[in-house]
Amino acid sequence: MAGLEECEANLVVFLHPSKANCASDAILSELSSLLFTYNETFGGVVLAYDPSIRSNLAKIVPGTFPCFGVQLKAKLLLFNPKPDMVLEGEVVKLTPNSIHAVVLGFSSAVIADDDIRDEFKHKVKGGEEVYVSRTHRKHKIKVGAILRFTVKSFDEEILHISGSLLAPHTGGARWLDKNTDEWSRADSTATKRNTDKLLINGDTSMKNDEQIEKPKKRRRQQS
Amino acid sequence: MGVPDMDELSFTDSQLHYYVKDALKSAIQGDCDFYNQLVAVMHRKERLSAADVALLVTCLKALTGAVSCIDISHHKSLLAAILRMSLWDYGTDVMDALTDALESLASSNGEHVNLCLEMLVSNFVPPSAYFEKHRGPSKKSEVLDRVHSTLIDIANVVPLSPMILEKLVRDKMPHVYVKEQPIVMYVESMLRLESGAMGELVGSMALIVLMDKLIELDVEIAWKDILEDDFQKDVFDFELEDLAGPADNFNQENKDYTREASMQRFCTGNHAEKLDSLMVLTFEHLQCCYETGRLVQVFEILLQSFRITVLTAYKSKFAQFVMFYACSLDPENCGKLFADALADIFVNGVHPEWRMSAVAYLASYLARAKFLPIPLIATMLERVVDWCSKYCKNRGSDINPKAHKVFYAGCQATMYVLCFRMKQMLALPRLKSQLKLMQIDDILGHPLKPLQVCLPSIVDEFLRQVKENRVCFLPERLADQDFLESEHSTVFGGIEKQGMFFPFDPILLANCDRYIRPNYVYWSMVRSSYDEEGTSDEDVADAYDREDGMSIPDEEESDADEFIPGFEKMSITPRDSSHRFGGRMPSKIRPSMSPESL
Repeated sequence: MAGLEECEANLVVFLHPSKANCASDAILSELSSLLFTYNETFGGVVLAYDPSIRSNLAKIVPGTFPCFGVQLKAKLLLFNPKPDMVLEGEVVKLTPNSIHAVVLGFSSAVIADDDIRDEFKHKVKGGEEVYVSRTHRKHKIKVGAILRFTVKSFDEEILHISGSLLAPHTGGARWLDKNTDEWSRADSTATKRNTDKLLINGDTSMKNDEQIEKPKKRRRQQS
Repeated sequence: MGVPDMDELSFTDSQLHYYVKDALKSAIQGDCDFYNQLVAVMHRKERLSAADVALLVTCLKALTGAVSCIDISHHKSLLAAILRMSLWDYGTDVMDALTDALESLASSNGEHVNLCLEMLVSNFVPPSAYFEKHRGPSKKSEVLDRVHSTLIDIANVVPLSPMILEKLVRDKMPHVYVKEQPIVMYVESMLRLESGAMGELVGSMALIVLMDKLIELDVEIAWKDILEDDFQKDVFDFELEDLAGPADNFNQENKDYTREASMQRFCTGNHAEKLDSLMVLTFEHLQCCYETGRLVQVFEILLQSFRITVLTAYKSKFAQFVMFYACSLDPENCGKLFADALADIFVNGVHPEWRMSAVAYLASYLARAKFLPIPLIATMLERVVDWCSKYCKNRGSDINPKAHKVFYAGCQATMYVLCFRMKQMLALPRLKSQLKLMQIDDILGHPLKPLQVCLPSIVDEFLRQVKENRVCFLPERLADQDFLESEHSTVFGGIEKQGMFFPFDPILLANCDRYIRPNYVYWSMVRSSYDEEGTSDEDVADAYDREDGMSIPDEEESDADEFIPGFEKMSITPRDSSHRFGGRMPSKIRPSMSPESL
C-alpha cells in the first residue's frame, strides 16, 4: 500500500544509570515510546521497529547525572501518507454526510460529502446505511468493506486522514478490483492528459515499494 | 439569500441543514448574522419550553451534518458554546442530539478530538448546582450511559482516541479537597471505563490513579486523630472489649474513649468520609471483577501500584485494605500472590525501610486474614524465619537495633504471627513439626537479643502463649522475667517507629468495616480460644469462625452507620508506658534474667 516505507536508522539511545542491568528492556521501552506518533526526523509515523544492538559497550555521557548511550541500528516501518496517494481502509461508519474508515487499524480517515462524487448515493437498506453507485448497482460501500480513496491531507498530530472519493479509481476496493475495465473506461472519457497523469502516479507508487531496502538515514536520537 | 430569523420561520430539516452550512461558510467570509443566531440558540439553558427544545435539537442535528464545514479558528464561539453545554442540564432529546454532534465533530477532524473528549470527561461529574436540587438517580444513569457510549463510539471511529482519553481522565481527576460527591462520581466513571470496552486500554491507568488518590486521602488523615493520648493500652489489650474485670489501668473516664467514641470522633473528618466512600466503591468494583473472572488481572495492577505507592508511603492507614479485600475474594490466587510478593520484598529487597514495611504488612496480613489456609501461613512464616536464621548464623555480634533493624523486624513479625496463629498451627501435627524444624528458639536466643529489642507487649504475649501451650521447642520465659520497654526497644525502628506498624489492624472506616469484618481475625477470637476451658481443636476452629469472637449483645440493629460494635479499635502504637511510672523509665527497673540464660 502506498504511504508505507521501511528505513534503517542509526540511533543512540541514552539511558538512565538505574537501567544499567536491564538495558535491553529499557531500550525497547524507549523505542516503543516512538510508536504511533509522527516523527519529523524519520519523516513519518513509526509503526514498528526491529533493533539490533551493535555492541555491549556504551559510552558514559557526563551531565547532571551520567547517562550512558547505547548505539544501535534499527529497522523502522514508517507511515507517511501524502496528498493524492491512494490508500485503503476498513469502513467503520456511514452517515448521510460522511464516510469514516480506519487505515491500518489505527489511523482514522474521513471523507466529507463534498468529496464524495455524485455517482454515490446514500441509502438506508434494511436498517443498514450504504452508499450505492448510481451507474453500477453492484458497486456498494458498506460498513466493514474495504474502501479505496485518495488522500487530501494528513493531520500529523492525531494521525487523521482527510480523504476524497472524487477520482474514478476510488470506491469499494472489491468492486474496483473485479471491474477494472469499467472504471478505466469511465476514465477514458476524460481528457488524454488526465489518463497519462494517472498512469504516471501509478508508476511512482510502484517505485516506492521497490526502494524499500535502499534508503539509509543517519539520525541521532536523543532520549 | 436573506438571513432568516430563527424564531420566526419554520424550516424543513434539509432546509435548515442548508442554512446552517451556509451560515458556517459565510462566517468565514465575515458575514456572521445567522451564525450568531446559531450560537445564541446553543446558549439557551434555563427553563426551556418545548419549542425551545425542538429548536435546539434541530440545530444540533443540522450542525451534526455540517461538521465538515466547522473550522476551529473561525467558529470559536460556536464550538465554545457547544462544548460548554452540560448534559446534566437538559432532557434526553437534547442529550442525544448533543452526543451525536460531539461524535460527529470528533470523527470529522483531528483537531476536535481533544476538545470533545475533554467535554465528555467533564460530564462525568454534574455541575455543582445539581447536588443542591436533589435530582433522582435516573438522571445520573441517563447522562452517564450516554457519555460512556459516546466515548466508545468515538473510539471505534478514531482508534487512537483512548490514548488521549487516558491522559485526560488522569489529568482531570478531582483534587482531594473537592467535596465527596463529585470525587465519588468521577471515580465511578473511571471504574466504569475500566470494566468497559476500553478497559484493556485505559483500565490500568484508572486503577493506578485510584490507588494514588486513596493514598493521598489516607496521608491527609493525621495519625494523631487516631491515637488518643489517654489511652494506656497495649498492642493486644487495645482491641479487647471493656471486659468486666481487670483491664490494667482502665479508669472509668477512659471508657468513653473506647469503641464508638473513637470511631465517631475520627469519622467526622472530611477526608475519612471520602476515603470511606471511595474504598467501598473500590470494594464493589472488585466484587464485580471477581464475578466476571477478571480479578487476577486487576489484582496484578493493584499489586504493582501497592509496591510503588502504598508500601513506600509512611504508615498507610487504610488504603491497604483494598488489597485485603481483593485477597479475601480469591484467596487461592490473589491471597497467595500478595503474601508471596511481600515475602519477596522482605527477603530480596534492597531498601531496608521498605523491607521492614513489607514484613510488617506480611505479619499483619497473615495474622488477620481469616481466609488464608493455615498451611500457607506456615509456609510464609518459614520463609521469614529462614531468612532470619541465615542472617544471624554467621553473626556473633551484640545487640544493635539500628544496624540489624531488618532482622529485628523479621523476628517481631514471626512472634506477631505466632501470637495469632500458634494454637491453630499446633493443632495440626504436620505444621507442629514444621514449626519445630524452623528452630525459632535459636533465632530468638541469639546474641543479637531480639527479645530485648522487639516490642515488649509482643514478646510478652508470645512467651506467655508458649508457656500456655506448653511448647518445648520455643523459648521460655523465666518466672521473674518481665519485658519492659528498654532503651533498645524504643530505638528499634528509628525515629519513625517503624517497629510499631501493624497495617491490618481493625479498620476505623465505618462502611468499609462491613466488608472486611467477615474475613477478619479479631484478637478477641484468639483470646477466647485460650479463655475457654478444655479447648479442643474444634473449639479453636470455632473461636475463629465466630464473627466477633465474643458474645456481645447484638448491636447490628442500632444505627450501623455511626456505631460500630466493639472490636475495631486500632491496636497500633502502644502508648509510651513510661508514664505509668510517672516519668522516663530507666532501662532496667528490676534485676531480670537476661535472655542469654534461656
